[in-house]
Amino acid sequence: MVDELLFFMEVLVGGLLAGTMYSLVALGFVLIFKASATFNFSQGAMVFFSVLAFCGFMQDFNIPFVLAFILAALLMVVVGLCTERLVLRPLMNASEDTVLMATIGLGYVLEGLAQAAWGVEVRRLDLGIGDFPVPWIADNLKLFISALDITAGLVAAIMIIGLFLLFKYTKIGLGLRAVADDAGAASSIGIPLKHIMLLVWSAAGVVALVAGCMWGARAGVQFALVDLALKALPVLIIGGFSSIPGAIIGGLIIGAVEKVLEVYIGPFFGGAIEGWAPYVLAIFFLLYRPEGLFGEKIIRRV
Amino acid sequence: MKPVFMTYTKKDLINLAVCMFLSVLIIPTFITTEYWYTSILIPWLCLALATIGQQIVMGYTGQLALGAAGFMAAGAFAMFNLILRVPDLGFVGSLIVSGLIAAAFGILFGLPSLKVRGIYLMVATLASQFFIIWMIDKFGWFKNYDSSGIITAQDIVIMGKPFTTPLAMYFVCLAVTTVLTLLAMNMARGSTGRNWMAVRDMDIAAESMGVSLLRTKVQAFAISAFYCGVAGALFAFCYLKSLEPVAFDIKLSFKILFMCILGGLGTINGAFIGAAFILLFPVLLNAIGNNVFHGAIDATIISSIEQVIFGGLMIIFMIYEPLGMAKLWENLKVSLKSKLSSSGTKSLKSSAQKSE
Repeated sequence: MVDELLFFMEVLVGGLLAGTMYSLVALGFVLIFKASATFNFSQGAMVFFSVLAFCGFMQDFNIPFVLAFILAALLMVVVGLCTERLVLRPLMNASEDTVLMATIGLGYVLEGLAQAAWGVEVRRLDLGIGDFPVPWIADNLKLFISALDITAGLVAAIMIIGLFLLFKYTKIGLGLRAVADDAGAASSIGIPLKHIMLLVWSAAGVVALVAGCMWGARAGVQFALVDLALKALPVLIIGGFSSIPGAIIGGLIIGAVEKVLEVYIGPFFGGAIEGWAPYVLAIFFLLYRPEGLFGEKIIRRV
Repeated sequence: MKPVFMTYTKKDLINLAVCMFLSVLIIPTFITTEYWYTSILIPWLCLALATIGQQIVMGYTGQLALGAAGFMAAGAFAMFNLILRVPDLGFVGSLIVSGLIAAAFGILFGLPSLKVRGIYLMVATLASQFFIIWMIDKFGWFKNYDSSGIITAQDIVIMGKPFTTPLAMYFVCLAVTTVLTLLAMNMARGSTGRNWMAVRDMDIAAESMGVSLLRTKVQAFAISAFYCGVAGALFAFCYLKSLEPVAFDIKLSFKILFMCILGGLGTINGAFIGAAFILLFPVLLNAIGNNVFHGAIDATIISSIEQVIFGGLMIIFMIYEPLGMAKLWENLKVSLKSKLSSSGTKSLKSSAQKSE
């Protein structure tokens, strides 16, 4: 009985920590949605693009780790700048769906550019953190939890706190919230809309880079990262598109539920239900609480 | 213009006659290489059909759906099982029934559209994509317990006659696509299509005017999935000639989405233009790579460039012409016509002046 309970705990904790990896991807989506009510479908491609560039800098040009990270982050700022200039500004008054489709196109561009520049083979990314159980926890609590999972959890926690403080207490954060509320009104009282957009897209780019590092260290830096990032969508639906804590809770729920279902119910169906379980869970959430756990209620006018 | 037959105008009938003349007489007499049939024309017809399905739900009803490939897989595997287990049904019967099976999935996964829209709906339809592929993959019955993962599709036999040559398969695809395209045009112009478009333009307003959202949306999803299912069956039986769930992955769904958007949302001819563009552009790019640069550019780089161009075009179209290539075509026709007519009036004027 105790063993079973321990096993369940292990599955649950493993799932929760893996969920924080989804949260990291979801965070990037939320940042942009919060500031511009734009759903950025290319966030997954940004994850892939940034981490592939990071790996490329390190492995092809032998640039040291920290410098390569800074370079990759700067590259994401440039991507943000170009996106704001070339995609978002011309589409300022377009409908939500039009912008969404444009970001799907943007995702394609980023994926293609990344592969054209750095090749298509799977790259290994070594962060110096092993993807194996931490001995101390294994000995004392008898839980086998990967060091990488714990790091991802910590990184996610730090980023959330940082972003939360940014949004809540700084002038920039206030501007961001004002723009999110009503872009027209915000710009009429002198909030520089362009700067805010650039800032948000750059921040989302850096978040993508961090998320990409975590995923890349686990699964290798490869095209499949884009598909993994799609799983951030159910996370967002559960958590709500405009809530940073929602992204975290949503990620935890998805991570835990998919692992528990996979381990306990999966074997009856030949496994791999991880692939669709999060989406079906998202549908149930949509039917009962379409705005997500923490999202703002959607009001539409005729 | 006044409709002559059902909702078709005289212009439509002329267009149909021209298209039929081209596709039934001109193409088979002038194109003799098998490559054109097996790699271009057959997949074009199949994918255009699937794109019409995507158009119905996305272009006409305005529901952002991203699961066309899932419904195609449902149709393809339903077809395989129907031919295998219910041989009495015949090819055409099986095709219709497999479309209906796909439509059932469409209804099931279209239900969330009653509550949500936009990106939310996209996620819900992604569920169908992943679930259908998983289900086919994991339950051996669907694949007739074939362990290799790739099943050879049965030969097409209609009324006791085998249709196995590329040309014959082309005619099968052509016949099915023509019938379904005409039906789609009819629906889109009739009250069904008007309801779809009312829901697309403003669902709440449509509802208050007495359009049943439940009926309209579920109908659109069902019909869309029917088209995708039939297209999937043809795609597997005429083009791939094999059945494997991997062939219908999310990438194919995105491809169909691109065909739909680049071709022109809310148009039937856009489906054909978009499908032709997405299919032919990589062929062109490869030809340039081979002939201009003599293979100096790696094939993976070419496919990356192709991706960049598709994505870039998507952005450009969204900014400058959200209605896609069909609209460009329309604009071109209008400007040509006005040029012709203005030069016509000019010559009239000049002749009038001369006569003075």
